[in-house]
Amino acid sequence: MFLINCPYCGERDQSEFSAGGEAHILRPKQPTELSDDQWAEYLFMRKNIKGVQFERWNHAHGCRKWFNMIRDTSNDKIHAVYKMGEKPPLK
Amino acid sequence: MSKNLRITNSKFIDQTSRISFKFDGKTLYGFKGDTLASALLANDIHLVGRSFKYHRPRGIMACGPEEPNAIVQVGNDASMTEPNTRATEIELYEGLEASSQNCWPSVNFDIGAVNNFFSPLIPAAFYYKTFMWPANFWKLYEYFIRRSAGLGKSPTEPDKDIYDHKYLHCDVLVVGGGISGIIAAKTAAKNNSNTVLIDDKNILGGTTLFQENECFKINNSYSNEWLKKEIKSLKSLKSLTIKTRTSLAAYHSYNYLLARENLTDHLDINEKKDKIRQRLWKIRAKKVIIATGSMERPLIFNNNDRPGIMLSSSIKKYIDYYGVKCGQKVSLFTNNDSAYETAISLNNSGVNINSVIDIRDKTNSSIVKQAEKLGIKIHWKSTIVNTNGYKKINSIEIMQLSDDGTAVVGKKIKEECDCLGISGGWTPRVHLFTQSGGKLNFRDEDNVFLPGKSELDQISIGSCNGDFELDEIIKNTANTINKFLKVNNNDYENLKIISSKEIDKKNIWLLPSDKPLGKTKPFLDFQNDSTANDVKLALREGFKSIEHVKRYTTTGMATDQGKLSNMHALGIIAETAGVKMGELGTTTFRPPYTPLTFGAIVGRNVGEFFDITRKTPMHDWHIENKAEFENVGQWKRAWYYPIENENMHEAVQRESKAARDSAGILDASTLGKIDIQGSDASEFLNRVYTNAWSKLEIGKCRYGLMLNEDGMVYDDGVTTRLSENHYLMTTTTGGAANVLSKLEDYLQTEWPELDVYLTSVTDHYGTVSICGPNSKKILSKVIPDLDLSDKEFPHMSFKNALIDNIRCRIMRISFTGEHSYEINIQSSYAKSVWEKCFEAGKEFKITPYGTETMHLLRAEKGFIIAGQDTDGTMTPVDLQMDWIISKKKYDFIGKRSLYRSDTIREDRKQLVGLLTDDPKEILEEGAQIVAETNKQPIEMLGHVTSSYFSPNLNKSIALAVVKNGKKLKGQKLFVPMKNKTINVTITDTVFLDKENKRLNA
Repeated sequence: MFLINCPYCGERDQSEFSAGGEAHILRPKQPTELSDDQWAEYLFMRKNIKGVQFERWNHAHGCRKWFNMIRDTSNDKIHAVYKMGEKPPLK
Repeated sequence: MSKNLRITNSKFIDQTSRISFKFDGKTLYGFKGDTLASALLANDIHLVGRSFKYHRPRGIMACGPEEPNAIVQVGNDASMTEPNTRATEIELYEGLEASSQNCWPSVNFDIGAVNNFFSPLIPAAFYYKTFMWPANFWKLYEYFIRRSAGLGKSPTEPDKDIYDHKYLHCDVLVVGGGISGIIAAKTAAKNNSNTVLIDDKNILGGTTLFQENECFKINNSYSNEWLKKEIKSLKSLKSLTIKTRTSLAAYHSYNYLLARENLTDHLDINEKKDKIRQRLWKIRAKKVIIATGSMERPLIFNNNDRPGIMLSSSIKKYIDYYGVKCGQKVSLFTNNDSAYETAISLNNSGVNINSVIDIRDKTNSSIVKQAEKLGIKIHWKSTIVNTNGYKKINSIEIMQLSDDGTAVVGKKIKEECDCLGISGGWTPRVHLFTQSGGKLNFRDEDNVFLPGKSELDQISIGSCNGDFELDEIIKNTANTINKFLKVNNNDYENLKIISSKEIDKKNIWLLPSDKPLGKTKPFLDFQNDSTANDVKLALREGFKSIEHVKRYTTTGMATDQGKLSNMHALGIIAETAGVKMGELGTTTFRPPYTPLTFGAIVGRNVGEFFDITRKTPMHDWHIENKAEFENVGQWKRAWYYPIENENMHEAVQRESKAARDSAGILDASTLGKIDIQGSDASEFLNRVYTNAWSKLEIGKCRYGLMLNEDGMVYDDGVTTRLSENHYLMTTTTGGAANVLSKLEDYLQTEWPELDVYLTSVTDHYGTVSICGPNSKKILSKVIPDLDLSDKEFPHMSFKNALIDNIRCRIMRISFTGEHSYEINIQSSYAKSVWEKCFEAGKEFKITPYGTETMHLLRAEKGFIIAGQDTDGTMTPVDLQMDWIISKKKYDFIGKRSLYRSDTIREDRKQLVGLLTDDPKEILEEGAQIVAETNKQPIEMLGHVTSSYFSPNLNKSIALAVVKNGKKLKGQKLFVPMKNKTINVTITDTVFLDKENKRLNA
């Protein structure tokens, strides 16, 4: 059970959060311009890495804010959390 | 039975307070401080169970959680009985009733024991191999297999006990109250860290507590005396909390741990009542110190499972702690020094030691010398090749080991005994460390897996970290803890420690016998009855991975999870396959460490507290009016209101007719309500709904359909424009939370530039819906000064109004197709408004109706229910709702997906109406629809999504999704049921009032 440092509220138990999949996938600004394949790439294709991964999380039972997290899926180590719209502090 | 097996000088058992208990129906006596196991042994009862597969007699083997054999059923009350509990962990209490498991009719005469004679025919995976064919016989086999399998009996009634959950936060958690745990806890607490020390026993001290031997001294005192002083000073430390009878169950990431505290299990049966039985602690610790010690290994030799064969260290605990002699003529069999401690303890308590059989050539450690000085006979370089005695061991057969240890040589010596202590060395309890994600290293010298790398702020100390000698334990623990806690405690620096040192080590995983392997029974896993031969067979049959061998042979898969058996299984696999043990690795250690009761897991979340129950403000009225309720998500919704002896069908038919003929009243409070405000609110709605919102006038309502980005219908509802920048959105009852969360997601992550604020107001307003041709008259009685004319207050519009000076919002919207109003009012007033409407409607015979009637009425009109007629694969086009997709909008959620190659296919499943040829025949929801019934396999064209008998049309109606359904209007299809085939015709989805005349009636 993780201890997550919500960028707005501080450290809270994982049970207050919900995970929202891969981070930094921008919704295309002009979906109508895209081919089926390009749209499918945005819609369906997600990474599931063993290792360091960029993820979206929501403090669902807290401030309801979405934020990003850099997590190593092999050992659940959280390297960083940062607000939506901010640049990742690590690469 | 009258043998006196109890010595008088035990310091831990209160021999003045006698306790009576029952085992297998027989009344026996023990003392306060006993476990069930020690009390049984004091009564000379070793045989306590039968093994799982061969039903061989089995006796108590250990004294802690690793016990594989003495698992008993406690209690015989249908609600309180508990199977698979370890007799070695049950503290004796007045009134305890326990019984053997896995035997019938009794543990002494067990019919299943016939399996033992057939054991050569029941190898590993016997069931897999035998009952494969003929395949259709499985049903028959299963009946017998299920009856013969299984250990204890589950309770058949709900558990009456109370369980509890509690959170705990601390700086330092020390798991294990043995000597190293005590040193660690003391160091931490003296440094003013908020420290918690837990131990699964009822007393701190571990095995050192009863170590009274010349070979182990600290500052000229026996080690136990020194430790007792440590414990005494420990208890005075203010920042330390000690929890005994608390067993750590699980160690998760980020130092989150679960521990089960037994609060009443040790109390007399009449003292337990009304108290919390067990508490599950949810612990978040900044630092964790694991001091869980180690367990003694058995030795693997022919017939090593007879009652009376016990772990040597357990025999020592029974004599030194409980004051119980496990036998009168004891032999000991070992590969290390620890059995000599047992021999000396037994000798000092007046028990005859036949001999110690040691597989080593010779060793001269101080403890061995002490044993020799006491005249204890030692068979060096020897092994036991067989044991005898069916229900209790009565003799052993000893032979010399060959130089390489793979065979036996020389003459066989037979030695009579009534108890055999075995010691195969020690296994560190690394379970918690590995549960937390830590990696293990292997130490070849004494064949132990030790804690290696961990990502967490934790440390293992003492024998669970591979320190087995007293002086090492104290010095290494003190140093390690100082470093780990960054303190400088020098309490343990200048101790004068005397400790016997083990000099010679030797290990043989599978000891040889004079008989060939196939003729012997060297048990590995005592509880699941798997032998070394089974593991070797699995390897011969091609299994290589330890995880596969485990599952194929079931070694380590019983309720003890292989605590005693796993190391030997690994050893034998490594040896046979010719790989190093460190490379082979271990099977996965999973929580819980010992079985947890379901009660402890669920805590207080039972019965009505299992989940949140949401009730509408009018809930009490529904109860007073005898409503039946339906669960919709967490909500309790009135389902129908039966009058006198009406069944559901009759009530729904009456309600549906009344709503169309005169007036009906529905509690619609559960619909999700989201308050949307901000200067970009209209733009936001444009992006989340398929239709256009910018031009919606203030005071008007509009129906909206919300898609997922994949183009599939997600939710629907009516949204009202309350003012320029203020909307009230309604969602489905079940979808409310998800819709809000989805909208927040887009707002925060994709469109942060929009000035929009969302607030859930579902619980803030109650909603009274009145429908039917007389609804207008009723509302005009309730709010006389409101102009209800179609011109002033047309369909799909809203008005603010006052009822008894309380502000409310009236929407003229309809889910039934009738002239209808929804009154939204602050929840606390909703019941009185409901009652007021009901009073006003009495002259029109206003009829309360529930969700079932609501569903029927909307189906007559062909209105969908998102989640019933849609299932996440339906686009608006599939629903024949093309009209709701704005052609002008550049983008909205899901728009692009509506013209992917798959979504524009014409032969997708589409929503249609169905009429049965026989108007009295009601289709079953979920029934499959086919075009022909003769061909096999039949192609499924679709299924029925909604089906009712309409009293207003006097015929059965249904909605269905059918492949290419749009083009099949008028087509005859079939719905094959179990006993008949129903003929149906595809129709339009709207069955009643296609012209929408009733809306303005």
